[in-house]
Amino acid sequence: MSYRLGRFFGRFGSYALLIVLSAATVFPFVWMVGTALKSQQEVFAYPPTLWPTELHWENFTRVLDRVPFLRFYLNSVIVTAVITVCQVVGAALAGYAFARLRFPFKNAVFTLYIATLIIPNQVTMLPLFLLVSRLGWIDTYQGLTVPFLASAFAVFFLRQFFQTIPRELEEAALIDGASRRRILFQIVLPLARPALATITLFIFLSEWDTYLWPLIVTNTEAMRTLPIGLRYFVEESGSQLNLMMAGAVMAVVPILLLFFMAQRQFIEGIAMTGSKG
Amino acid sequence: MLSRAARDPKAAGGPLAELKAFARTPRLRREMLTAAAFLAPSLLVIVVFVYVPILWAFGISFTDWQAGSLRAAAFVGAKNYVDTLTSGDFWNALKATVYFMVLKLPLDMVLSLAAAMLLNQKLRGMSFFRVALFMPVVTSMVAAAAIWRALYNPTTGYFNALLATVGVAPQRWLRDPNLAMPSVVLVALWKGLGYNTVIFLAGLQNINRSYYEAAALDGATAWQRFRHITLPLLSPVTYFVLLIGVINSFQVFSLVHVLAPDGGPLNSLEVLVFYLYRLTFQEFRFGQGAAVSFVLFAIVLGLSLLQQRFAEKRVHYE
Repeated sequence: MSYRLGRFFGRFGSYALLIVLSAATVFPFVWMVGTALKSQQEVFAYPPTLWPTELHWENFTRVLDRVPFLRFYLNSVIVTAVITVCQVVGAALAGYAFARLRFPFKNAVFTLYIATLIIPNQVTMLPLFLLVSRLGWIDTYQGLTVPFLASAFAVFFLRQFFQTIPRELEEAALIDGASRRRILFQIVLPLARPALATITLFIFLSEWDTYLWPLIVTNTEAMRTLPIGLRYFVEESGSQLNLMMAGAVMAVVPILLLFFMAQRQFIEGIAMTGSKG
Repeated sequence: MLSRAARDPKAAGGPLAELKAFARTPRLRREMLTAAAFLAPSLLVIVVFVYVPILWAFGISFTDWQAGSLRAAAFVGAKNYVDTLTSGDFWNALKATVYFMVLKLPLDMVLSLAAAMLLNQKLRGMSFFRVALFMPVVTSMVAAAAIWRALYNPTTGYFNALLATVGVAPQRWLRDPNLAMPSVVLVALWKGLGYNTVIFLAGLQNINRSYYEAAALDGATAWQRFRHITLPLLSPVTYFVLLIGVINSFQVFSLVHVLAPDGGPLNSLEVLVFYLYRLTFQEFRFGQGAAVSFVLFAIVLGLSLLQQRFAEKRVHYE
């Protein structure tokens, strides 16, 4: 591949294309940060500037005065953490059962899990809403988390991984009389660490960005997760683009920092779930 | 069940006998109980929060249930489905969704494959470009939509300023019926390009280099190598990207809901899930909303099956 493209464009051409492409992807972030630091006057300046002449850091505190962003963070962290931990633990247990244990109706039960993957989640939103409101869970953490504590995709993903681990590693422990629970937690899971990390990251990223359900199930500002809080703030900030972008910066920066610190794991993890899915 | 019973003597007497066979042998019984304990947490959640709701929704879709209405909900047969298929709003939403998909998918496939091929070279600094392209993928969709909404702002946004420098008249972007959907698609492309690029890149790296070396020895041109080695060997990945692309296109919502909360000019941005959300959670027409959700389900399922049929003929596995 490399020598071929090399012959076509040469290194220079490849770099030029890559620079144009990545400049186009990075530009909106630059605009976001620049606008977040502008004064209200400079927002309306014509022609608009890309980078402010004066840096107005107080825009961030003005946003914090207006909406409880820290509360949104806390809500998002709680909801995402509970869902991610439960999904991963549940999937490790179920994935192991499907990979190793013999039990009646195994194929039928497995099909029951896999079939959920083709159901668009919008189909279950209305009945889930009715169920959650009958339980009195509207606008609560239970309402935000409990319906999503299991993931068939994670079960499938970990089962595939467990099947690649040689059985011999477990057989010696079985003969010694170790329980399946001990074998799973002390032998299999340590070996499955890369797969566990990948699926954890994958679930975390998608749950962190969940939109439709928290939009439906939260009523009060105090229960909003980050995406929902930001969405309402975007509506309210109207023409105050500097405040709108300051809000966006606060929503984006923590996850981008996490990404910069572990970019290899992020990218390879996504590629792995993609090719397995 | 029959074919399984034939293959597995333990289950020869049907499901009940299979259960009995497991219960008789102590070792199998223990294993069965362990499996039950391991499956219980996730199975419980899946049954209670996926299967019960979906059956409930199916039932609701045959009633005229409307929240806040004084009348009790009554069974109306397939009326909601007939109403859906004869409603102008539904066809408008379907058209908007298909338009989004048709604009986005081809560009997405071509651009991400091209980016993956550029990144698949052994040159310095590739990881830097990979990170740059991947940044939008980890960015929250609402934040991404907020940034672009600001960029598209007709008076204070940056795009009209850019156009002004080259002498083009300012555009109304998301408020222009003709430009609204292309503007949304541009954001979706920006947001998703890095994801597909990484998937294609993994696919390219899995192709055995010896094919290219052999082809080069035989004097194949660059285009021939791309056409007869890269494309066929990459087809399982292409198929995956396309399938996910179609499914995701039919479920697009948060992006549009933040960019244009009112459904865009002339409702041109009201995609299917947006329409479903309006019916169910803003107009509280539960019966009608449930019917629309099953129509959406049927469309997604139908398209996946269609693609699978097509893939059997066209996807090459090594």
